[in-house]
Amino acid sequence: MAILLLEQALNGLQFGLMLFLLAAGLTLVFGIMDMVNLAHGSLYMVGAYLVATLNLATGSFWLALVLGVAATATLGMLLETTVLRRLYQRDHVTQVLATFGILLMCNEAVRMIWGAQPLMLNPPVALAGPVELFDGFTYPAYRLLIIGVGLAAAALLYFLVVHTRLGMQVRAGASNREMALAMGTDVQRLFTLVFGVGAALCALAGGLLGPLLAVQVGMGESILILAFVVIVIGGIGSVRGALLGALLVGTVDTAGRTLIPMVFETMVGPEAAANAGPAVASILIYVLMATVLFFKPRGLFPAHG
Amino acid sequence: MSPFRPSFLRNAVVATIALSALAASAQTTEPVRVGLLSTLSGPGAGLGVDIRDGFQLAIKLSAGKLGGRTAEVIVADDQANPDTGRQTADRLIKRDKVDFMTGVVFSNVMLAVGAPTFQSKTFYISANAGPSQYAGEQCNPYFFSASYQNDNMHEAVGKTVTDKGFKRVALIAPNYPAGKDALTGFKRFYKGEVASETYTTLNQLDYGTELSKLRATKPDAVYIFLPGGMGINFIKQFVGAGLSKDMTLFGPGFSGDEDVIKAVGEPMLGMFNTSQWGHDMDNAANRKFVAAFEKEYGRLPTLYAAQGYDAAQLMDAAVRDTKGKLDDKAAVRKALEAAKFDSVRGAFKFNTNHFPIQDYYLRVITKDAKGRVTNRTLGTVFKGHADAYVGSCKMPS
Repeated sequence: MAILLLEQALNGLQFGLMLFLLAAGLTLVFGIMDMVNLAHGSLYMVGAYLVATLNLATGSFWLALVLGVAATATLGMLLETTVLRRLYQRDHVTQVLATFGILLMCNEAVRMIWGAQPLMLNPPVALAGPVELFDGFTYPAYRLLIIGVGLAAAALLYFLVVHTRLGMQVRAGASNREMALAMGTDVQRLFTLVFGVGAALCALAGGLLGPLLAVQVGMGESILILAFVVIVIGGIGSVRGALLGALLVGTVDTAGRTLIPMVFETMVGPEAAANAGPAVASILIYVLMATVLFFKPRGLFPAHG
Repeated sequence: MSPFRPSFLRNAVVATIALSALAASAQTTEPVRVGLLSTLSGPGAGLGVDIRDGFQLAIKLSAGKLGGRTAEVIVADDQANPDTGRQTADRLIKRDKVDFMTGVVFSNVMLAVGAPTFQSKTFYISANAGPSQYAGEQCNPYFFSASYQNDNMHEAVGKTVTDKGFKRVALIAPNYPAGKDALTGFKRFYKGEVASETYTTLNQLDYGTELSKLRATKPDAVYIFLPGGMGINFIKQFVGAGLSKDMTLFGPGFSGDEDVIKAVGEPMLGMFNTSQWGHDMDNAANRKFVAAFEKEYGRLPTLYAAQGYDAAQLMDAAVRDTKGKLDDKAAVRKALEAAKFDSVRGAFKFNTNHFPIQDYYLRVITKDAKGRVTNRTLGTVFKGHADAYVGSCKMPS
């Protein structure tokens, strides 16, 4: 039982960190630019496809990851300067419509380039097996790697946001945009940079999850919904909130899928548990969101003053 | 005897033949339309692609014809979504006026596609999905399964696992009609203890949670029914978690076929699975099919491809035996029931519920003579096996 819980905690951490990579970009764009970007999930998908294709072409997972992340960041900045920039002044409905259009176009473009069938990737051979963490407890090496990279990315982002001039401007922009403007922040450059960082984080998540899941059309939509839940829980515009929210959602989702069916099984028998368990587990994160919003209507760490 | 009489008779005969030939040609210029509605996107896409390729191969080998009439195959994607499936089936039936429907992979889509198809009196030849509903109480004169009944392959694994002496088995299947049929089938022939029974979300890709539960439950064997991308991911993660050393993995043919092997590779070696067909089965029809498939597509066929191929052969036989008169529904049904074609799986005949009575085999994944990781047929698990639902089918005559 202890090992089951420990393993699930690690699974929850791994899932939560990947959610964080997506939610961090989303919350910054939402918080600083006041922009609802539904195409954020598309950057995740495009990043995953780029990393996967480069992986197959170069044969090196690491090289592919670096190149794919860089390419997606460039693509994200290009998208910002050409299209999204024109949407900042519009209302949220227009933004939702426009970015939803981009999302549909991305899906079709990917379908045309890579086909409708998912790409199935294998993790690097050295990481395909399990590692014995301590006596009697083994854990997949690749999932450990994801946790490691996720933690490193979170630390790097923390350093960027808290200890650099750019980060200071980002925080200033998130808490009061007009004032930051008045103090002479070059917002246009800042927005483009933030968007590039968000896109890079998306591609990192997509590239890392590719071998674990599957790289396919529409992979961005399902995870984007969770990323939105995360930033609502964490407080819009707050990177710290996104991290905590992501870890909460990751843990609750994983724990729910293990424990709820087990609890149901003892209460109502396996047949009913099989039917009701997954259903209840999947609404658990929304119950969590509702609870947080009941006590903290603006999320755990609201960024605006 | 008048000298004119024989020639008059001859002329009359010639004229009749000419007229009937004309009538026949009027009918045969219209192509036989087939709606091939299958899953061509998402994690289950590999299955649909193989059904499509197998089906089209059969038509190509008979020079683009079905039973002597030109064939027109309209391919559509159901996206593994029952709503999309039903809408697209409606379109194929009403707008394209297809004579046959085939191709659906997943049983939840099948149950949605069935109603509009049967209502329009269009024959559905299943190249994969064989839900228990259509084998039992909801059996239908317009439904024919050229594949299996969902429970069957799992029954064969249940028997194999029992025969091999495993006592504690954990079961995993997706939460949809065929997933329930699968575990019901397995338990019908498995005599040991069920260590755990888990239903996962359909098209789930991350099995971290299920694998931790397996580690805690410690069964001596695991039975998975996870077709397509689900199985590929499960097996990779199962091996990645190091569980393959502690428990033996069993699956139906779906979880151990060439599509999964191609994606997972060497870790699949030694996995037992069951099927009504294997690419190494030694009969003339199968040798021709496998050789042609490899030549055309450059890969080994899966059981889905074999089922698609047989579905086309069954239609071919029905068009041929009714001389192309597909409007005579009673005659078409009779011709389909007779199933006069050389199935790639050898002996094949229909039960009264239009599901096959056939043999099921045990296969193991090994390296073949060319060094490829692939399936080898080991032996027969069931001979002339029928499904468990035929008793509750009152087939309208």
